[in-house]
Amino acid sequence: MTRFQKKLWIGLAIMALLTPLGIYLPDRFKSGDAWGEWGTDKIRGLLGYVPEGLKKLADFWKAPVPDYNFGGENAAFSTQVISYIISGMIGIAAAVLLIYLITKFLVKHEK
Amino acid sequence: MHIPDGYLSPQTFVPLYGVSFVFWAIALKKIKQELPAKYIPYLAMAAAFSFLIMMFNVPIPGGTTGHAVGGGIIAILLGPWAAVLAVSVVLIIQAIVFGDGGITAMGANCFNMAVVMPFVSYWVFKLVKGNAKGGARFYIAAFLAGYIGLSVAAILTGFEFGIQPMIASGPDGRPLYAPYPLSIAVPVMAIEHMLVFGIVEGMVTALILKYFVKHEAELVYAMKEA
Repeated sequence: MTRFQKKLWIGLAIMALLTPLGIYLPDRFKSGDAWGEWGTDKIRGLLGYVPEGLKKLADFWKAPVPDYNFGGENAAFSTQVISYIISGMIGIAAAVLLIYLITKFLVKHEK
Repeated sequence: MHIPDGYLSPQTFVPLYGVSFVFWAIALKKIKQELPAKYIPYLAMAAAFSFLIMMFNVPIPGGTTGHAVGGGIIAILLGPWAAVLAVSVVLIIQAIVFGDGGITAMGANCFNMAVVMPFVSYWVFKLVKGNAKGGARFYIAAFLAGYIGLSVAAILTGFEFGIQPMIASGPDGRPLYAPYPLSIAVPVMAIEHMLVFGIVEGMVTALILKYFVKHEAELVYAMKEA
């Protein structure tokens, strides 16, 4: 690993530790969900009903760590913060692993 | 901008899976043919970076949140096809592990953020910078690349939301999927990204490019091609 790459990795590690800002600030400023990414309860609040097709597809997949949060919907904020940092680490690891696997597979076929 | 499951009709998400598959196939081929092995660690870091930057939700007080994607800076540094792969990998992890973006909507989300955004950003950067290799014009080009790339992706997402009521409604006339029409979905997605999140994306793009030009200028893909 070059010195430059080492610096970039340190930068990414610092970013991972700062990620809780991405849940703290929206919470602080009461910003709610991203537009068009509401859960079905929120939609019922907005429209008075849940569109039929949306209702059927909404639970298509049960993600193992929904919303980057290990503690469930009513988790304490500190749990959410720790979950968020760990999620960032998992994300880095998974992204790096997948990129190496994909590129390794490509290179192997080349030779 | 991560469309969840249930917001898009099958008439929308199936074709968009098809389009994304085509781009994934070309991206893998291009990377196999053109990407030097020394770029692989950077590709991995690019994916890690994109994952992290999307975690920084930027609040609009009392309103909503959004985030940068990193698709523009990755396209400038490593090329648009490398960006297709890096951002797609991130979106797939986000959908499967964290439920951020739907599984059915994965093709659509990849098309918006991992295909359209990197290419728009890359073209804007090349077009605006001209022959500049530094200075104001060069960094304005980088800012605009991120800004316009994210805004176009957001408008496209708004368009995909907005056509749902036209495509699919129940016997009672109620929409079956994303409920808001084009006249609401497109302006909302456009305005919030053009006024807030696009500016963040543009600044991130310019600052990171500046850092790379200072330390490892010969690496920057968009500066190599004529």
